[in-house]
Amino acid sequence: MLKIKDLRASVEDTEILKGVNLEIKPGEVHAIMGPNGSGKSTLGFVLAGKDDYEVTGGTIEFKGQDLLELDPDERAREGVFLGFQYPVEIPGVSNSNFLKMIVNSMRKARGEKELDSLEMLKLLKEKLATLGMNINMLKRSLNDGFSGGEKKRNEILQMAVLEPTLAILDETDSGLDIDALKVVADGVNSMRSEDRGFLIITHYQRLLNYIVPDVVHVLVDGKIVKSGDKNLALELEDKGYDWIKENKAAQPA
Amino acid sequence: MSDSMQTLEKHTKSEYKYGWTSDIEMDTIPKGLSEDVVRMISAKKNEPQWLLDWRLEAFRIWSEMKEPDWAKLNINPIDYQDIIYFAAPKKQPKLNSLDEADPELLRTFERLGIPLNEQKVLAGVAVDAVIDSVSVTTTFKEKLSELGIIFCSFSEAVQEHPELVKEYIGSVVPRNDNYFAALNSAVFSDGSFCYIPKGVHCPMELSTYFRINAANTGQFERTLIVAEDDSYVSYLEGCTAPMRDENQLHAAVVEIFAKDRAFVKYSTVQNWYPGDKDGKGGVYNFVTKRGLCDGYRSRISWTQVETGSAITWKYPSCVLKGNESIGEFYSIAVTNNHQQADTGTKMTHLGKNTKSTIISKGISAGRSQNSYRGLVKIAKKAENARNFSECDSLLMGDRCGAHTFPYIEIENQSGKVEHEATTSKIGADQMFYCTQRGLSDEDAINLIVNGYCKEVFNELPMEFAVEAQKLLEISLEGSVG
Repeated sequence: MLKIKDLRASVEDTEILKGVNLEIKPGEVHAIMGPNGSGKSTLGFVLAGKDDYEVTGGTIEFKGQDLLELDPDERAREGVFLGFQYPVEIPGVSNSNFLKMIVNSMRKARGEKELDSLEMLKLLKEKLATLGMNINMLKRSLNDGFSGGEKKRNEILQMAVLEPTLAILDETDSGLDIDALKVVADGVNSMRSEDRGFLIITHYQRLLNYIVPDVVHVLVDGKIVKSGDKNLALELEDKGYDWIKENKAAQPA
Repeated sequence: MSDSMQTLEKHTKSEYKYGWTSDIEMDTIPKGLSEDVVRMISAKKNEPQWLLDWRLEAFRIWSEMKEPDWAKLNINPIDYQDIIYFAAPKKQPKLNSLDEADPELLRTFERLGIPLNEQKVLAGVAVDAVIDSVSVTTTFKEKLSELGIIFCSFSEAVQEHPELVKEYIGSVVPRNDNYFAALNSAVFSDGSFCYIPKGVHCPMELSTYFRINAANTGQFERTLIVAEDDSYVSYLEGCTAPMRDENQLHAAVVEIFAKDRAFVKYSTVQNWYPGDKDGKGGVYNFVTKRGLCDGYRSRISWTQVETGSAITWKYPSCVLKGNESIGEFYSIAVTNNHQQADTGTKMTHLGKNTKSTIISKGISAGRSQNSYRGLVKIAKKAENARNFSECDSLLMGDRCGAHTFPYIEIENQSGKVEHEATTSKIGADQMFYCTQRGLSDEDAINLIVNGYCKEVFNELPMEFAVEAQKLLEISLEGSVG
């Protein structure tokens, strides 16, 4: 479903990704871990097509097409979802209105009938219930004045209604207490399916207790230096990132 | 240039939708302004002597005044002798029957989405349609008159209700108030008149629609609204003009007089031709709008959505004379391409416990300049006056400008004035967040801008709010990235 080959990317002429290789098959959950500044979030932004991230080499193939050819909104309509580490606030735009707009633009892209307000409300209520979220959240301005936990849950809500093919979650666990973390994990787990892939970007292993990944990658200095199963995450939790960095340094260039 | 900037560039090239002209047979007078022209206008309208004298005095005042130059505007010199001061369709409907009207004229308003046939009119909105110098027709007049409400063209009011016109004309905006008000007082041609009797809650929105059609013609309309004790009216004003290469002058005066506990809500959606994308042509919109909260607990609320005109220069204001009276100003001013706007309000607190609220949202795109200019004045006797002002500016792109000039004059120390101002750019992060969810650039811009303007949209009457939102989308088509 997603094939990343030798991906290189820069921000303001500084190379952040230095040759990333990664393949995600439908139904798989991959976790990317790594120390701060290793390029984890950059990978997410590059996949979503953010403006200031310049791809300088390599390829990204998504569902058989060249993802780099598409604008961010086209990628989204193809099924790429990015859960933001820092969701953006948009004052004056109600959450429900935003959700309705994005769902209908997605449905339109898929050639499905747009939902009217009643159908939309039904869908939202259903999703809110599974995520243990309060309906009042719909009336508030998009992320405006939301707590950290509310913002993250709101990201999961958006993911739930958009039903993406590939969901990239960028440090969705950061700043969450254990209850919120469970809600987020439950949201993700309930959406795991044969035809959907996940890329979970996280700094800590904690989240992976609740969302058990099929593959764990360690990203250090813009490269994936080690991949393994869920036990790799536990090992990292135990030893920190330094041993991998040292290993890498010891390897011949 | 970044991608988002290119998107912005692309978007700013949208076309003005109302730029066509109609071929209506017109009765015009020669170009130029003189005492004779003032007499001619007055004679054409069959006005009483007192009104002619009033005009002539205004003309004398104007002749001695100088064009003001304090606004942050770049104005091509206006040749007042090169303007036609009166133009009216030859075939005018009589006795409020549209049968005799020039069919082209009816088509003109149909095309603008303002059908003049009452059966077709939006239920709940009475319309006074003004083309160039005259009012064509007023709908629902009879229904309103059952309640004692007078809603008619200014010219008709002069004939039918001279005592009211004489009492209130110039009572809020005196002839010598400013250069353009003086000019208007001398040559005003038509406009709307509205009188709400004591205790009457006007059941429908009253609306005036202004259309400039004739070339080289100035539009100088005058609107007067008088609200007696305990009355309520919501008044709407809309306007468009054809695309022409030369600038056209629009210098209107609006006066509102509110008595005890009266509430007047005045909403404007201004969409005069803004000129082409290189800044050629467009309407000069120099308007004096003022409301006098004369009575105890009276309230006047201005809401404006300004998207048109090459140059806009207007400050809908409130004089809060009655104790506990309330003045409000909600504004969205959008400038694009080479448009310039210098707009804001004046809240003059004279009475005790008076309150005013100012919410101004400026949006600049292209190479436009958008200024907010506001004065909050608390006079000596205005005990416990309160003002809250919020002036926000939104920039789209990096070649436009936003400016805020708040003036505060306080002569009574019990007054409390709060002022908040922000300037923001449509954030690349906000755009990316929306597009990542699958929204197109345009949808994302509209969403963000509408959110930004929401406080003001909320003040508009329902049908109008929808209209205004659409208008905003058209004005900014492609303006941000």
